[in-house]
Amino acid sequence: MMVPSLKLPDLIQEIRGAKTQAQEREVIQKECAYIRASFRDGDPLQRHRQLAKLLYVHMLGYPAHFGQMECLKLIASPRFTDKRVGYLGAMLLLDERHDAHLLITNSIKNDLSQGSQPVRGLALCTLSTMGSAEMCRNLATEVERLLLQESSSYVLKKAILTAVHMIRKDPELASIFLPPCSKLLHECHHGILLGTITLIMELCERSPVALRHFRKVVPQLVQILRTLVTTGCSTEHSISGVSDPFLQVKILHLLRILGRNHEESSETMNDLLAQVATNTDTSRNAGNAVLFETVLTIMDIHSAAGLRVLAVNILGRFLLNNDKNIRYVALTSLLRLVQSDHSAVQRHRPTVVECLQDTDASLSRRALELSLTLVNSSNVRTMTQELQTFLETCPIDLRADCASGILLAAERFAPTKRWHIDTILHVLTTAGAHVQDDAVANLTQLIGGAQELHAYSVRRLYTALAKDISQQPFVQVAAWCIGEYGDLLLEGSCEETEPPQVEEEEVLALLEKVLQSHMSLPATRGYAITALMKLSTRFQDNNRIRQVVSIYGSCVDVELQQRAVEYSTLFRKYDHMRAAILEKMPLVERGGPQVDEEAKESKEVPQLLEATVPDTAEPQATKLLDLLDLLDGMSRDSQHPVSLDSTPGNALVHPLDLPCATPPPASIPNLKVFEREGVQLNLSFTRPPGAPALLLVTVTTTNSSGGDVTHFICQAAVPKSFQLQLQAPSGDTVPAQGDLPITQIFRILNPNKAPLRLKLRLTYNHFGQEVQEIFEVNNLPVETWQ
Amino acid sequence: MIKAILIFNNHGKPRLSKFYQPYSEDTQQQIIRETFHLVSKRDENVCNFLEGLLIGESDNKLIYRHYATLYFVFCVDSSESELGILDLIQVFVETLDKCFENVCELDLIFHVDKVHNILAEMVMGGMVLETNMNEIVTQIDAQNKLEKSEAGLAEALACAVSAVKNMNLPEIPRNINIGDISIKVLNLPSFK
Repeated sequence: MMVPSLKLPDLIQEIRGAKTQAQEREVIQKECAYIRASFRDGDPLQRHRQLAKLLYVHMLGYPAHFGQMECLKLIASPRFTDKRVGYLGAMLLLDERHDAHLLITNSIKNDLSQGSQPVRGLALCTLSTMGSAEMCRNLATEVERLLLQESSSYVLKKAILTAVHMIRKDPELASIFLPPCSKLLHECHHGILLGTITLIMELCERSPVALRHFRKVVPQLVQILRTLVTTGCSTEHSISGVSDPFLQVKILHLLRILGRNHEESSETMNDLLAQVATNTDTSRNAGNAVLFETVLTIMDIHSAAGLRVLAVNILGRFLLNNDKNIRYVALTSLLRLVQSDHSAVQRHRPTVVECLQDTDASLSRRALELSLTLVNSSNVRTMTQELQTFLETCPIDLRADCASGILLAAERFAPTKRWHIDTILHVLTTAGAHVQDDAVANLTQLIGGAQELHAYSVRRLYTALAKDISQQPFVQVAAWCIGEYGDLLLEGSCEETEPPQVEEEEVLALLEKVLQSHMSLPATRGYAITALMKLSTRFQDNNRIRQVVSIYGSCVDVELQQRAVEYSTLFRKYDHMRAAILEKMPLVERGGPQVDEEAKESKEVPQLLEATVPDTAEPQATKLLDLLDLLDGMSRDSQHPVSLDSTPGNALVHPLDLPCATPPPASIPNLKVFEREGVQLNLSFTRPPGAPALLLVTVTTTNSSGGDVTHFICQAAVPKSFQLQLQAPSGDTVPAQGDLPITQIFRILNPNKAPLRLKLRLTYNHFGQEVQEIFEVNNLPVETWQ
Repeated sequence: MIKAILIFNNHGKPRLSKFYQPYSEDTQQQIIRETFHLVSKRDENVCNFLEGLLIGESDNKLIYRHYATLYFVFCVDSSESELGILDLIQVFVETLDKCFENVCELDLIFHVDKVHNILAEMVMGGMVLETNMNEIVTQIDAQNKLEKSEAGLAEALACAVSAVKNMNLPEIPRNINIGDISIKVLNLPSFK
């Protein structure tokens, strides 16, 4: 005896009545249990009600996949009510990822050929929403027949859009749907026209042949648009006084596609576009929509010069409009135009810059993008000024874009080196946390290259550093600079800024402060300690430096400790070489292989040194920064802790061992890692040449036994410093007798070049038994991680 | 192309969700949550467009309109006209108004399937199908009538079946035993 279940409104009422999430879940679970039972053996007439309830529950986020087969049954039923809910369920619950979706192909086919008008509509609607490529191939002829023979405009317009969907899923079907288009354009029904134009657009975008073919309908399109524009509004389709703006916009879009790069078509359209541009009523949104589309079309085709000027002026007018939506769309359109018509857009630069200050986040983002494209050599100073003001107040998610935009613009158009350095400094102090990782490297290279500005830079940096040591990239640059040019700091003669009286003690105190500050990253500390070391040759007093360096010999941070110990050793045992090692850096080639500097440095160090050679912080830090670029998915935030704590075993890299060029991909031998009752696992390795830290492992599972292997899952684990990514396996079944194996690819990123360890866990069914194996892979070839 | 159409209230409860590209259930719920998060932060007098983040595709925009307690959000890619979609949302809401007679949130809550049907007449497969309000309403009315007549038939049928089952007919006697009755048939006088 079944408990009578709730009707849909009652169910909704009860769900709304639930006070807590847990209560709601309870109600829904109870109801789902009932629905499941009723699907099994309930009254078929009530099935649609049960499914309706299930769909509601699905919308709230609860699992509803058990309703999939019910949808099929309902679709197959002859009643309209059932079909309606069934098709809706199919659209919501089934999609191409589920195997069951192919089962409705037959029902759809029947409904398309024999169903009544609304039923045909339902079938087409469902097909266009969730039809997979295979379904589309099966049903293409049905839809084509409808396009050619259907009399009801209701069904016809749906059939046209279904055709568009089919082409999107399987582009080869385009050839079937091309012929009916010309006939369809002659229809008067707006819905049909709308659909046909969408279909033509899809065809033209996919094939240049179709594009040429449809150029000949341009006159026809022009005629339709003209009729729309000139006849007074037919109340049927008009929206706030504009007759069918949707159709107008669509036609204009198609004209844009057809007229692009084609003189003849463009000419046919010119008059009409001028007419639309001048006559459209812009007091309401609908008119503005049409006008925008017109402007875009004018700018994209070969239009008369006067027309282009008109278009840009319209956009300029819109930029000043009070309505934010209009301004947003105006900025978007200008962004599209700036590639082709740069000078025209430049005229509106002041307005665009004003929009930067808008409180609306969407608007200011658009304005930022547009402003960055408008920077050129003549306006770079003013623009950078504006952008820097913006940077100080902009919302956080725009800071990174703004900062990198300014830096890029500065690089391309910097009038003088000093201005360039100033700009980068300003950006670093304002938004240091958001700049990209290579900003530090770029700035140091820039300063290094500008010999005449060494004194100036180091003073500026010192003064700014004294005020604030929190912005990490800035601190790193400042520390490096002070280390390199500390002697210039003391000299006290510099034309460009007034010389601050700086004592050695103050400089050392500042560097120590950086070393000790809890805000400093390990990388920054590394810079600071090396800078201190370099100052030992530039300054008189070494005692303080020796003291600091020896204190850090017992620092917790391994990298820092190592450096400190090395530097202390330098003081103690190799004092005669200290000056040579700590000379001024030669100019680093931007983007050149980092190893050149290593080679240069090592030339200064005699071969006798067997003890750890202190790599000067610079090449190591920049090498690390470059590796950061290699790791995809690394956040652009340079605060990301750089893992300098390399495992002890691998810290000593003899300088002359470093490869001078990327090594050719050595072929690494395959490895058989597992064998049990005929099931074998083989690993093959690839090291792609462009990415030294990346290792691709292909796991191949073969089965030479008499029984199939099913539900095969392979999982892997690696040590913490690695990053592992498993890609989807080719399948989970290995048939017996050496048939198709399963392959799966692992991507392993090894930035520290640590020795690779790999643990694998396999679970599968074989000979009716569940097998689980966990093991570590031994004998991994050395080439996989070095 | 329209990627998704979402309606949710000021607290983020979904009132309608339609996706025109295959996403898993988890992704769908995540999209709804993220969209609500973004849209609810917006001020009243800012523009109705939001740059997409959604689903990792940078092309997407959210075009939304706030009516009383409901947010109507269309997630589209760059091929659609933004102002056009704004108008489309307006037409959709006006159609709902016509079909439900002064539509309010409760109507959407209790008649979610009807809202789906109306939407299916306007947007199909991610593309705009029909924007003429009258035509949409005519079609919906015709389909509702069809459903009602079927329901009427079905109910009548169900009623008839249960009525027959419940009829309390007395037992029809099988054997009628009439004892031998000698019936004297009188000669009826012939009437003149």
